[in-house]
Amino acid sequence: MASTSTTKLTEPATVDPNVDVTPETRGRPEVSGREVVFEVSDLSVYYGSFRAVRDVNIEINRHEITAFIGPSGCGKTTVLRCLNRMNDLIEIARVEGRVGYHGVDLYDREVNPVEVRRRIGMVFQKPNPFPKSIYDNVAYGPKIAGTKGNMDDVVEKALRGAGLWDEVKSRLKASGMSLSGGQQQRLCIARAIATDPEVLLMDEPCSALDPIATARIEDLMQEIKDEYTIVIVTHNMQQAARVSDRTAFFTTEVNPESDTRTGLLVEADSTDKMFSNPSDERTENYVTGRFG
Amino acid sequence: MSDVSLQPPQLQLSDHRGDPRRVRTEAIVKALLTGAAGISIAISAAIVWSLAREAFTFVTQVEWSTVLVSDGWFPRQGVYDIRTLIVGTLWVTVIAMAVAGPIGLGAAIYLSEYARPNVRKTLKPVLEVLAGIPSVVLGFFAVSVIAPSVVQRFTDAGLFSVASAGIAVGILSIPLVASVSEDALRSVPSALREAGYGLGAKKITTVTTVVLPAAVSGLVAAFILAVSRAIGETMVVFIAAGAAGNQAFEVSPTEPGLTLTAAMATQAQGTDQVVGEALTFQSLYFVGAVLFILTLVLNLLADRFVRRVRQAY
Repeated sequence: MASTSTTKLTEPATVDPNVDVTPETRGRPEVSGREVVFEVSDLSVYYGSFRAVRDVNIEINRHEITAFIGPSGCGKTTVLRCLNRMNDLIEIARVEGRVGYHGVDLYDREVNPVEVRRRIGMVFQKPNPFPKSIYDNVAYGPKIAGTKGNMDDVVEKALRGAGLWDEVKSRLKASGMSLSGGQQQRLCIARAIATDPEVLLMDEPCSALDPIATARIEDLMQEIKDEYTIVIVTHNMQQAARVSDRTAFFTTEVNPESDTRTGLLVEADSTDKMFSNPSDERTENYVTGRFG
Repeated sequence: MSDVSLQPPQLQLSDHRGDPRRVRTEAIVKALLTGAAGISIAISAAIVWSLAREAFTFVTQVEWSTVLVSDGWFPRQGVYDIRTLIVGTLWVTVIAMAVAGPIGLGAAIYLSEYARPNVRKTLKPVLEVLAGIPSVVLGFFAVSVIAPSVVQRFTDAGLFSVASAGIAVGILSIPLVASVSEDALRSVPSALREAGYGLGAKKITTVTTVVLPAAVSGLVAAFILAVSRAIGETMVVFIAAGAAGNQAFEVSPTEPGLTLTAAMATQAQGTDQVVGEALTFQSLYFVGAVLFILTLVLNLLADRFVRRVRQAY
């Protein structure tokens, strides 16, 4: 399965050498020296007057894969979309709290969301290639960013990075829509990494894919995590267990006055701990399949 | 009754025929609907037939030098220079599209991409009111407002000119361009916009590099529909272009002029018979046939593009 590919990883230098990094205990416990990329504190998101998520506190580390899991409607995607300000596109969305990115609050007045999204790329639930050629899909980000230099090289590097080069190198002028679903999603990953982001946010990237295409994406995530920091939302607990270093479990609570549900973060810890010995009973119930 | 239901069912063929009354109703409804569809087709065919018959008489009997190389459109004197009308039509159409294209497309982009939902909800009906203004009203608007305060400000044109008629036809076409373009823009999946934003594209960049290219066939269709609308517009040109039935050959848009449609209208007004040379009456059918072919070709083109919209993504 996909997790076998983790053995060929070189772990980042920031890891404490005493920590066991064999595949079985790949999720690292909190160690000093890790580099925090995101520091989310007291994050609440409202849609109009409806509070969709409340009081999220989490840190996301560099060169790790962090998985957001939890039942439907628990706010995983909402929180993910706060990390590159995609929620700005929803008129009625409002954010409270702080999303620290290398110490800067992304929701500071002076921050331009366009700049944020150049550094923090996104891969969506449904593959969404542009109705343009494969080449133009990948070249899109660098072009609008005004990247100088040889665009052919940029495109090839990104497609290689997404493990798609060998399949499409002979038909770069073909439409991105002509690819299979799994290839389209890898094209979207290539398109995202072509702008050379630091972080990749993935919103259920495999939910529209078959198991083989899913395995390829999971392998790919392991291969590229040395270069990027990855946050993935997934409905699939096995996927979280297979690919992630750390896992954050979200759940919902029913608001007593109105019949609405607000999402909240229960806990976030190393993936191994979350799946074997979580601190919170709700996490245990979820990962053992007793609810959700 | 209850002991009957205990028996195994003994079904006959007649049980499966259905209620004869319902069967008859169904047949009548089908016949009525077929008739409605058939009548509209028959009327179209009759129009084409009446047009073609008189146009054929004209085409076979006319002295062609009076159609192609004479000095203007004077049908009562046997001078049928079709160039005069085609040049007039082209000017009106080009000027109209120069007005309606950018403004209509801009309005569509605003409504589809920039306007908040409640603003769109107010603005779209207002735009559609503009579409409902009778063209005769716009004809007067052209003479009383557009000619003095726009056309005459920049040119030495008179109160009646092809230019002011063209601008008025453009205003008339804005709602059509805006409405069809907006539909095309809104049918672009929002996932594509998100992809653009997710790659760090600004709003205007996403609009120009993602949304417009994805909607291009629908936008072309909107444009072509508006062109055939402009070619077919009669009343505005009739009032505002100023040529009262006759027009010497003229290429300047600041002069009065005639279009295919206005030429037909001016000859047909005010009397139950068209007077003049032998072929004056038939010449109008010839002009009508030219107009018909022109708009038919454009509509076929538009139809092809609209079809392509469905395949784009």
